[in-house]
Amino acid sequence: MAGTTEPSSQPVIFLQNLVKFFGRFAALRDITDSFAPGRLYVIVGDNGAGKSTLLRVIAGLMQPSQGSVSLLGAERVRDVAHRIGYMGHAPLLYDELSGMENLRYFAGLYGLRDDSACSDAMRRVGLDPDLERRVGQYSQGMRQRLSLARAVLHDPELMLLDEPFSNVDVHSAREMAAVLGRVRDQGKTIFVVTHQAPLMEAVADEFVHMSAGQIVSRQVMTRSTVSVSSEAGGAR
Amino acid sequence: MSSLTVTRATLWKDLRMEWRSKDAINSMLFFSLLVVVIFSFAFNPTAEESRLIAGGLIWVAFLFAAVVALNQTWARELRNQVLDAYRVSPAPPNALFLAKALGNFLFVIILEALMAPLFVVFYQLRSVGPVWQLVVVALLGTWALVVNGTFFAAMSIRTRSREIMLPLILFPISIPALLAMVDSTTGILTGEFSPDFWIKMLLVYDVIFTAVCLLLFESVLNAE
Repeated sequence: MAGTTEPSSQPVIFLQNLVKFFGRFAALRDITDSFAPGRLYVIVGDNGAGKSTLLRVIAGLMQPSQGSVSLLGAERVRDVAHRIGYMGHAPLLYDELSGMENLRYFAGLYGLRDDSACSDAMRRVGLDPDLERRVGQYSQGMRQRLSLARAVLHDPELMLLDEPFSNVDVHSAREMAAVLGRVRDQGKTIFVVTHQAPLMEAVADEFVHMSAGQIVSRQVMTRSTVSVSSEAGGAR
Repeated sequence: MSSLTVTRATLWKDLRMEWRSKDAINSMLFFSLLVVVIFSFAFNPTAEESRLIAGGLIWVAFLFAAVVALNQTWARELRNQVLDAYRVSPAPPNALFLAKALGNFLFVIILEALMAPLFVVFYQLRSVGPVWQLVVVALLGTWALVVNGTFFAAMSIRTRSREIMLPLILFPISIPALLAMVDSTTGILTGEFSPDFWIKMLLVYDVIFTAVCLLLFESVLNAE
């Protein structure tokens, strides 16, 4: 296995009969599954498979049409919001502010007042905390790194990352994947939605395959990267 | 973390962003200047006539100018979907609303402070009643506009033509406040009637709508 943390029996996420409709279109179809803590899950699938919708429902940004989500033992996402980090498809940053100003503001939302958390987060993703340039002038790769720094700023137990490598060059993406591997090694649970699955092969614990709004299979990565496929639908 | 801390941080962030871009202030100033200059040339009123029409003129100018700032309020949060970062955080939704309303209040008050001398010059305004009452009306009236405006601007952010939607929702609901603002201002400027009733009405309007907006904002923020 790529990570060093053994999964415990208590699931960090439990999805029960999850359904999400957009009008008459079912984006998620009766998903029941659970995910163990301390593992790095990579969610893959074609466009429209429901990956981002699943992540947004888990993050509490969308309400499921039916079913329920239990996160870190809580029924309401808001109760455990301080233990979750979310990185969206968009950077979720203010273009008019510098990197540190952005992080300082978001740190305040999590009750962090110490600047050191912000500069540590920036260094972790390979950015210079003293950079005074506004985010609007950052390259796409730098924005994505800063966005990752924002998501890990408050040291969350669960990280939900939607396409963290989009528009990022291969070198930067590999570095970001390595950062995620290190965060997972500290016992955090990470969900990554991506179309660039090969980038995550070295660090992923499990690939979750989605198609037409359902989890169709889960592929556990072994140390020798020999995959073991299993049918979706039960707790693991 | 307390609501007050988040409100202060969000307000400070908005003020800093406005200071750098000057999007809202510049647009509001330009619009208000146009109204002052065009109407003064179109009507060319005497001092006596000015006192009668200035109440309506001033508040119409400020109302339309405020809409410009109100539309900007949430546009910043929609760029890069930054609002999602707030929604997934444990920060209280009401703190965001209060910060936005206070920010808009400051922008519109600054605009009023800058434009008031121009109104006095162009319309030869001299107040018969006590000027301090005009300040009270300005504070209460501006809060009435921005508290509802901030709320309805948040409601319309997910609509396709939100810049048209905002005035369509805001203006009808602001009619009682506008009546109170215009009549109290006219009462103070002319000295013909007491503005007390209208000022009390503004105060009640502010309290009711602030409470309602605070109660409902979380649902608006998380609406899909």
